[in-house]
Amino acid sequence: MTCLPSVSPTKKLGLVIDLDICVGCHACAVNCKEWNTGGHSAPLTDLDPYGADPNGVWFNRIHSFEVVDEDNDSKTVHFPKSCLHCDDAPCVTVCPTGASYKREEDGIVLVDADKCIGCKLCSWACAYGAREYDEDVGIMKKCTLCVDRIYNENLPEASRVPACVSTCPVGARSFGDLNDPQSAVSQLVVDRGGFDLMAELDYKPVNKYLPPRPKQNEHSCSSGKPKQLTPIATEKAGLFARWADKVLSL
Amino acid sequence: MHPARSVILFTTASGAGYGMIFLIVLGQLTGLLPLDSTLAFSSFGTAFALIILGLASSTFHLGRPERAWRALTQWRSSWLSREGIFALSTFIPTGLYALLAAFGDGIFGNTMVLLALASLLLCAATVYCTAMIYASLKPVPAWCNHLVPASYLVLALSSGALLLNCILYFHSLNNRITDGITVILLLAGLVTKFLYWQYIAENKGLSSVGTATGLGKMGKVRLLEAAHSEANYLMKEMGFKIARKHSRRLRKITFVCGFILPVFLISVAGLFASTALTNLVITLSILLGTIGVLTERWLFFAEAKHSVSLYYGAEKL
Repeated sequence: MTCLPSVSPTKKLGLVIDLDICVGCHACAVNCKEWNTGGHSAPLTDLDPYGADPNGVWFNRIHSFEVVDEDNDSKTVHFPKSCLHCDDAPCVTVCPTGASYKREEDGIVLVDADKCIGCKLCSWACAYGAREYDEDVGIMKKCTLCVDRIYNENLPEASRVPACVSTCPVGARSFGDLNDPQSAVSQLVVDRGGFDLMAELDYKPVNKYLPPRPKQNEHSCSSGKPKQLTPIATEKAGLFARWADKVLSL
Repeated sequence: MHPARSVILFTTASGAGYGMIFLIVLGQLTGLLPLDSTLAFSSFGTAFALIILGLASSTFHLGRPERAWRALTQWRSSWLSREGIFALSTFIPTGLYALLAAFGDGIFGNTMVLLALASLLLCAATVYCTAMIYASLKPVPAWCNHLVPASYLVLALSSGALLLNCILYFHSLNNRITDGITVILLLAGLVTKFLYWQYIAENKGLSSVGTATGLGKMGKVRLLEAAHSEANYLMKEMGFKIARKHSRRLRKITFVCGFILPVFLISVAGLFASTALTNLVITLSILLGTIGVLTERWLFFAEAKHSVSLYYGAEKL
């Protein structure tokens, strides 16, 4: 049934992505692709992978943005984006077949590959572009939050996290229960002012993003306005400098 | 949004079919149209052909058409599912009504009244559900508004009226009232589309690249580097840009071909002495109307911007 769970899930598993830490290396996207092409929603088809027009299904994409503030000071922010496993997930309710569903036990949004008719309506309903259509199989695919890893008792306990989290070399991604206020991820959201993407749509995404930290030390070379290379002020220049300027200008 | 041919054909053809059935049934219920078996054959024949063509073409949009029956199961939450259920159940009263109109004793009995009322209700509900599939999508501000169901309903009636009008002319059953109703519905279509385009020019939604990334509070945000080098599904499906370039001209085509010229042709059709010339003019009104409605529907998809485009370089919707 593509109605959302009548009772709000007791656990809301999701990711917290720290935009301050992410270096935009795309390792999370690569490891996601590698795990999931053999996982729950396998395969993550690539069409023409080595040709002129490669095209394939990915669950995780890293966009890079530039933010320019009032002082014309700019900052590059790497922005990984995958399914946010929304509480109020319209990709689930629009599904005409019951293929799209939100799990009552942990809030993970999944697609039942045996029921999907490939109408693509769920991808239109998702504001974030989290769903990608697999032309080869004719069904919709999306991030599973590595449902086949996080409960997998064949893996060592430390590895029971989504592939993107386990591979992030800088620890920009955290995984946990965002419904439990005591969990490490919830604490992180509170401490750092974690936010929702497109909160105005009220999809109530479970995944949260942490903002880049403000630059702290105005004397450090990475903060504040870069020191401008200014020409020597002619009025205040000394005698020698004015003479040198004249000679060199001849 | 990518204007898929199958979906354009589906919404326009089935819309015109349902609009036409609505008008024939309403016309016969009110006594404006005769309960004539040849009229029933040609009008219901055309309408059912359009509806079946539309429904069949909609399944070409599916990745797994063999599983299409599953789309009838989720009526509790999904407008697409409701649309499918209404579309199929509409065949029952309209089909029975058409059979009675074509082969019955020519008397509008109680059974026909009941079937007529059910047909009116279900035709309207089906078109409304089709429109709500789009009007319920918050990421597309150009779709998520009340003028979308309004224009789907009005355009179903106006395109249905244009076709029915032509059939009435061919059967010499046309009169000033049927001409007048067709013209009024076409003008209503023109006004609805005008209001729709005015509305979407002013209401582009609250989302921007700033809210999509949550970085808007820090300053002006722009895409620095794309997430991937080649176009992916999202960019092909939601990133359609051609129409926006030509939208002014295409809107003019919609207004002129879809509404203004057909109104003009219907107004002058009666002035010709020869029936053949009159019928030619009326046939021309259908050809132009078809061009107009197809352009309108193509624009409806192609002009609509999806919030995903905010992650791919768009600054607002």
